[in-house]
Amino acid sequence: MSTVTLHETSAHHATHDHGHHEHHDSFISKYVFSQDHKTIAKQFLVTGIIWAIIGGLFSVIFRLQLGYPEATFPFLEDFLGHWAKGGKLQPEFYYALVTMHGTILVFFVLTAGLSGTFANFLIPLQIGARDMASPMLNMLSYWFFFLASVIMMSSLFVQTGPASGGWTVYPPLSALGEASSGSKIGMDLWLVSMAMFIVSSLLGGLNYITTILNMRTKGMSMTRMPLSIWALFFTAVLGVLSFPVLLSGAILLLFDRNLGTSFYLSDIVVAGKILPNEGGSAILFQHLFWFLGHPEVYIILLPAMGMSSEILSVNSRKPIFGYMAMIGSLFAICILAFLVWAHHMFVTGLNPFLGSVFVLLTLLIAVPSAIKVFNWLTTLWKGNIRFTPGMLFAIGFVSLFISGGLTGIFLGNSALDIHLHDTYFVIAHFHIVMGVASFFGMFAGVYHWYPKMFGRYLNNTLAYIHFWVTLIGSYLIFWPMHYEGLAGMPRRYYDFSNWESFKMFGGLNQFISLIAMIVFAVQILFVINFFYSIWKGRKVTTMNPWEANTLEWTTPIRPGHGNWEGDIPEVHRWPYDYGKDGVDFIPQDVPVGADESKH
Amino acid sequence: METEVIKPKNKIHPHKFTLWVGIGSIVMMFAGLTSAYIVKRNQSGWVSYELPIAFWYSTIVILLSSLTIHLSAKCFKERMMGKYRKWMAATMLLGVLFVVLQFIGFKEFWQMGMTLQANVSFSFLYVIVGLHGLHILGGVVALIVMSLKAFSKKTRNYSIVPVDLICTYWHFVDLLWLYLLIFLIMIR
Repeated sequence: MSTVTLHETSAHHATHDHGHHEHHDSFISKYVFSQDHKTIAKQFLVTGIIWAIIGGLFSVIFRLQLGYPEATFPFLEDFLGHWAKGGKLQPEFYYALVTMHGTILVFFVLTAGLSGTFANFLIPLQIGARDMASPMLNMLSYWFFFLASVIMMSSLFVQTGPASGGWTVYPPLSALGEASSGSKIGMDLWLVSMAMFIVSSLLGGLNYITTILNMRTKGMSMTRMPLSIWALFFTAVLGVLSFPVLLSGAILLLFDRNLGTSFYLSDIVVAGKILPNEGGSAILFQHLFWFLGHPEVYIILLPAMGMSSEILSVNSRKPIFGYMAMIGSLFAICILAFLVWAHHMFVTGLNPFLGSVFVLLTLLIAVPSAIKVFNWLTTLWKGNIRFTPGMLFAIGFVSLFISGGLTGIFLGNSALDIHLHDTYFVIAHFHIVMGVASFFGMFAGVYHWYPKMFGRYLNNTLAYIHFWVTLIGSYLIFWPMHYEGLAGMPRRYYDFSNWESFKMFGGLNQFISLIAMIVFAVQILFVINFFYSIWKGRKVTTMNPWEANTLEWTTPIRPGHGNWEGDIPEVHRWPYDYGKDGVDFIPQDVPVGADESKH
Repeated sequence: METEVIKPKNKIHPHKFTLWVGIGSIVMMFAGLTSAYIVKRNQSGWVSYELPIAFWYSTIVILLSSLTIHLSAKCFKERMMGKYRKWMAATMLLGVLFVVLQFIGFKEFWQMGMTLQANVSFSFLYVIVGLHGLHILGGVVALIVMSLKAFSKKTRNYSIVPVDLICTYWHFVDLLWLYLLIFLIMIR
């Protein structure tokens, strides 16, 4: 009598196990309304790149104003019309540009463009799944993002201009249409667009978490997952728990703007007219905003951390140092992210005792951050380093994270923050640690996984130019801002030439603006490299060009929907067996040999 | 020949798991709103109020509906399709009734002078209860679809997953209402 063993597959395998019969896709279902996670990832990436060009261009335009406050640029009038009458940027539009630069870069590029791209691309490929838990929701996630993008984009073209109260949209400026031209229809469009954006990131986040927890291939235990997946997992958890709070804050703001409520408004006089609003509190919005806003910083940063960890290990030909400590520190950052929001509010009249609690919790973040930095450096230590473009950007990420993180220790102290709040010191800090560092993580990811995305390589010479100019340029732009900030130069000012105390920075501001233009030009070079290489780049000829261990390199060079042609590979080991027992690398799907040592 | 079926570990269906994470997300939204409410309540200009009677009736209705959807899911599992249909339809009707009663409650509240703009405490009530109502409406739409499918002769209902999903969601919005009710009674 023989025994037959049947494995009951769960429902998702039955529904998504369709790697072989995807031949009759039309153009629309393959490239537009695609449910393939890899295509959706590319959609997020390309939309993100478009937004990054727009957001970056805005910064170049307002840097023109900051560097050359006296000059006129007639070409600006051709381009911006009455917003730059006579070639001079109008103050109202300067604020609009600053606001949109922040909004676009924080949300549309470094949240959707970064998480949206790499969570979609890497999660199924690296954990061994054919697709996301719900490909349908995944597709909706992109299209909600697209809708948000269209609405935000349309706000650039309304007569009164886009939102201009800063990317944090604090009331009362954002709550009262009469407060400024950007507080009119532009602000409503901003809120509606953000609501769509939140829906998009929630749908994405739900999918990422479920896929990671539920759909790993056989043998892929949680502690065998690459750190990129761990980081994307914590990112999704942060997003799912913090974005709804921003949504509730935004809903209350919409009510205040359009239905006459007073959640955030009280005792306000506009142009000599006393408004009827009573009993609201503008600080309440700041609490709700920063309860998202601070986790948002880590939503931006964690994917960059995870991808850099992975790339550093692969290109040092060494296992990542302190794998469990890396996961532990990600978790610690995740918890602390929810407990430090009031450090953005030290100057709002916050009770100083409460402030000191937030100081302590804020400074505690230095501990997991230092663990991560230590582990990255020890991973590099005595490694057999290959300076691929991806690797350079990952190392650049570590450099920027250290430089920007150190100034966080200054700002986290409430006593110092009272002086430094809303100065260029803050601008320098968060641009280095969150903006540029995350961009470096994103670039590292693009250069490293481009061969998997498009089956071709990016041009290396252009990549090296891109790296060096961006790294040196970023430091040249933001390092001097620390000194300006220490001298008290406030952020968000249109023109500093009227202040005796800031006149001495005129030359420095010009220098920063010049470098900003050069760095922007080099980003355009990257974009050209990116699109050119999709069709004309050098073709990938081996399945595993970086000789990496993770599962995405076991798929065909250009995987179809379903990722693996045959069965999904089984996992037998962690992803960091580099240089083990004298073997350069052992992919995760190779069974453990009888005489193999433990890692 | 013996046949042995090995069931995989991790039995939770991915859609069900997605729902649970989504519930966590909704909880955070209401946590944000209710904590904003607590912060505002301790500031000047707060006005206490009584909840409209209709809200109490609606509470009974939604508790009943939780019972009926539970019975409906139970009948589905036992393949008693006739009863499943009836209980599902009953839940749908109770859901609609809940929305109607909440609307009546709002109207009652409004007519007593407690309008949306009159005081920030009333504004909070409208927004919080209204947002819960939207979540209920979403559930009602799903219940209508489920009921139509249950009575349709064309669709065959084999998978427990949709029934399970709507059941979990409906119990959740019921619990959420109980939380909000108790919250609004205790803190006003």
